[in-house]
Formats: sequence, structure tokens, C-alpha cells
Amino acid sequence: MSEAQIKEIKNENPLSEHWYQLRKNKTAMTGLVIIALFILIGIFAPLISPMDPLEQNIEFRKTAPLTGGYLLGTDDLGRDMLSRLLYGARISMIIGVISVSISLVFGSAIGLISAYYGGIVDKIVMRLIDIMLAFPYILLTIVIVAVLGPSLMNAMVAIGISQIPRYSRVVRASVLAEKESDYVLAERALGAGDLELMFKSILPNCLAPISVQATLGIGTAILDSAALSFLGLGAQPPTPEWGLMIASSKEFITSAWWIVTFPGIATLLSVLGFNLLGDGLRDILDPRMRD
Amino acid sequence: MLKYILKRLALLLPTLFGVVTLVFFMIALAPGDPARVMLGERASKEKIERLRADLGLDKPMSEQYTLYLKRVVHLDFGKSIKSGQPVMSEIRERFPATVELAFCAMIFATLLGVWIGVLSATRKNSWVDLTSMVGALFGVSMPVFWLALVMIMIFSVGLNMFPTGGRINIRYYFTPETNFYLIDTFKYLFRGKPEYFLSALHHLVLPSIALGTIPLAIIARTTRSSMLEVLTQDYIKTVRSSGIKEGRVIYRYALRNALLPVITVIGLQFGLLLSGAILTETIFAWPGIGKWLYQAISARDYPAVQGGIIIISTCFVLINLVVDILYSVINPKVRLQ
Repeated sequence: MSEAQIKEIKNENPLSEHWYQLRKNKTAMTGLVIIALFILIGIFAPLISPMDPLEQNIEFRKTAPLTGGYLLGTDDLGRDMLSRLLYGARISMIIGVISVSISLVFGSAIGLISAYYGGIVDKIVMRLIDIMLAFPYILLTIVIVAVLGPSLMNAMVAIGISQIPRYSRVVRASVLAEKESDYVLAERALGAGDLELMFKSILPNCLAPISVQATLGIGTAILDSAALSFLGLGAQPPTPEWGLMIASSKEFITSAWWIVTFPGIATLLSVLGFNLLGDGLRDILDPRMRD
Repeated sequence: MLKYILKRLALLLPTLFGVVTLVFFMIALAPGDPARVMLGERASKEKIERLRADLGLDKPMSEQYTLYLKRVVHLDFGKSIKSGQPVMSEIRERFPATVELAFCAMIFATLLGVWIGVLSATRKNSWVDLTSMVGALFGVSMPVFWLALVMIMIFSVGLNMFPTGGRINIRYYFTPETNFYLIDTFKYLFRGKPEYFLSALHHLVLPSIALGTIPLAIIARTTRSSMLEVLTQDYIKTVRSSGIKEGRVIYRYALRNALLPVITVIGLQFGLLLSGAILTETIFAWPGIGKWLYQAISARDYPAVQGGIIIISTCFVLINLVVDILYSVINPKVRLQ
């Protein structure tokens, strides 16, 4: 055993132990690097973009990559593809975080309450969750957007709502497992209230499965919002959203391959990052959850 | 066994009732007057009032709801605003196209996915395993509609190998009976017109691959991990030590048990395909229920949207039920719990 390893084992903080395992896990680290890259691009998009993503330059429309000073070419309205893709990273990261936050907050709360109180509350909540799960997931998203009206914000809300069952189930299962454990019973005996027990004692111990689910969920959310935009139900022109860029390229598959190809690759890479990190986290935090 | 099935069926009814209720109120409580949305801003007041009366929108909400429930029980979803046809007959007409596509996609995904999964598991950590698992990861990370467009770009437009859309060469005229084109054109194989069947098959290739990519990736991963688990078990060691050939050990003895979790995944994915078809069908101009539903949503054809969603969700729930029952037939542990 190397000295570094011994040092890590001595360290009692569980978070730093997880971080140590994370650093050893190639899958997770690759994912983390990709995600970090996309977040940085998202934050610094205005600084690193060579041009304004919305500026049209009709004279130079459908310019091929590497010509006329356009690294990745221009789209059908002469807008710089690279700048649009960089700004698209910002939009996709925001979509992922907001939709997952919505499902995380509501899903965890529902699962927590349902499992903690049990009985009739649990029965009713689980029935409602079953009804939501009776809709094929993407269909539920589409219906919610169709009702709310097509916009990027509504797309995020719709994705957030339709992912709620996933989180409720995960949280419910782990709360049920923790609820009767000794430390919870001890704290209850010491006079801890329901809220304190739920949020301070039980929830922190359910964080492992939740974080895996949330990481994978961000990837799903990015894919779904791209799909919604592609169908005209999400982001609206001229927003540089990747799915919308793919949608508007449909007519040019015979003439300009780069307009189709690049936004897809950007989406693929960012989602890949979250899937890699999610798979890695699952291996580290809960080996039993491996598929 | 019968008790288990009856219990599951009893749970089905409240779920379906919930689905119908949720769909009804989501559409009914949508902001804006459906009649105005359907007819446009410039429609005259009388016209809007007439449509509201036709749709029953002038009645109180509770009455509308009970009326809707009564009709749904008889599979009557009203008439499509756009075409004037009963929603149910529109769905019935398009359903075979979607089922045909979903079946082909699933056959593609299952055969290839199980094969790749077994190959990866038996050669764990080899380059075959690594490539397949990276490939599977790409498969689930990719926007499927983008894959479809790239395939059209390369194989249809570029190489001219496959048609860009549709179900059959439009010059081949025949009367569809079942609307499953592979079945309808099958008899032409023996009547000197084999090109009918081949054309239908040819049109299925790209959409099936596009629709089947995600299930393919998930089936390959599930098969691999399930296979790895089974291969460590004692009975496999016993079989091996009795001198049976390795290929037979894997396909005859190990795969049989490894397929149990795969069957559940296949069923679940098949249910999801019905809705995943919305994107694929839109891109490949496939005249199925997905494309139809998308058009209904775009046109705000509310009776059609309600009917379409209820039918697809019901199929989804039923498929899941069948899968669960099948699973309990193969795996007695489940029903004894």
C-alpha cells in the first residue's frame, strides 16, 4: 500500500474518500473533464465566441468550414456556426440544471414525505406516480408543453415535471431503508421532530442514489429539450439552441453537411459527459445499483 | 398464477382511469379557449359558439368530464377537428404502420444487442468489449433525430442506397388490407411482383435503425452485465467441467438465464418505442400514429391529441403488464413474493 493510499484511508471525512475514488475512476473523470469544459464554454461564451451568434451575414451564408475565416462555417442565414455552438453550450447547461432542479426538489420532497409518513399518504402518492409513469415519458413532456405553449422555459418545466417520478421512487426507496435504522430511532428518542428527522437525518443519507440519478438526468434533459426544440415545441428562433439548429438544418442536408453535423456532435459530447460521470458515480457510491 | 394476473389487472383499471382524467383536464384547463385556438383569431363569434356547442364546451366542466368518460369507455374519442373523421378510425388506420416499424426496430435491436452483449461478456476487457461499450454509451447519448438526419444525409442523399422516407415506392399501387405493408405485399412475392415486398422492406431499414438505436445500446449493456453475472455461477463451472464445448456452454446454458433481465428491458423499450416514433416518423415521413399525433399537436386538434395520448399510454401500460406476467411465468420467484 502506497503512502498516499494510507493517508487517504486515515482521512475520516467521507467526502474526501469519495473524491479519492472518483479520481481513480477513469469513466467518471473523463465525464467530469467534459462537463467542466462545457460549463467553462457556457460561462465564457461571450468572451471566446469569434462573432455575435445572432448576427446575420447574408453574403456569406452556407460558407463551408475553414473558409472565409469561419472555422466551422456559417448557417443558412450566414451566422457563424462556432459562435452559435458556443452559446448553445450555455443554453444547454442551463436547461439541464433548471429541469433537473425542478424534478429534484419536487421529486425528493414527494418521495421523502410519502415514505416517511407511509400508510394512506404513501398509497395515494404512489398511485399518482403510477399514473404519471403510465405515460411514455417523452409523450408526457410533449403534452405538457403543448398545453403550456411552446417556449424554452415551458420545455424546461415540462421536462422537470415528467422526470419527477424517477426521483420520487429513488428517494422513497432509500428513505424506506433508512427510516427504521438505529440512528434515526435514536434521534427520535432524543426528541427530534419530524422535519428535523426528515431533512437533517434521513435525506443526507440518501444523497448517493439521488446524485447518480441527477447526473444522468441532466444528460436526459439536454437530449429531451433538443428533441422538443426539434419539434418546434422548445426554444424558438433565433435562439442558438442545439436541437433548434439541427431542426433548421433539415432542408440543407443535400447542400451543407456542417449545419447538420456540428450541433449534433456538440449535443452528443455534452450528454456523453453526464452519462460517463453518472455511470462512474454509480460504481463508486453504490456498487449494487450497477445495471 | 391466476391470482397474480387478476391482481395486476385490478391495479390496471385505476391507472387507466387516472390517465383519462389527467389527459382530459390537462387539455380542458389549457390556457385559452380551444374553439378560438382551433378556428383562429379572426373567426366570427357565431362560428366559435357553434364549435363550442359541438365540442360540448358550453356545458359545465363536471358534465363534460362524465360525458367524456362515458364515450371513452366505448372507445369514442370524438371527431378530429382537422379532418372531421372519428379520431378512433384515424388511429386505427395509422396504428399498423407504427407497430410494423416498432417491431422491425425491436428485432434489429434485440438480435444485434444480445449478440454484442454476449460477445462483450465472453471477451471482457478486450477491444471488442471496449468498443461495444463505448458504442453503447454513444448510442444513449445521441439525439436520435440527429442520427436519423445524418443517416439520410449519408445513405440516402450521398450514397443513394436507401429512400429518404415513406413506406413503399409510390409507383407500386396495391390495396392495403391489414395496413402492415410487409404482410400485405407478402402475397405479391408469389405473383411475380417480389419488388413490392422488397420495396417495403427497403423503406424500413433506416427508420428501424434510427428507432432501434437506443434499445440496441440498452439491450447490449444489460445482456453484458447479466451474462457476466451468470458466468461466475457454480452451475456454469459444473457444465464446463463436464467437457461441454464452450460455445454450447454460453449459448445453451448461460444465455438462457442471462436473458431474464433482458426480457424486461425489451418489453419496456418496446413500449417506449411507440412514443419515440413521434420523432422518427416525422423525419422519415412515416405515416404512423407518431407523425399523426405530432401534426395534431401542432394544429391544436384537441380531440385527436386526447385520443392519441390515451391510446398510446394504454398500449404502453398493457405492454408493461404483459412483460411482467411473462417474466413471472419464466421466473417463479417473482410471483411467490
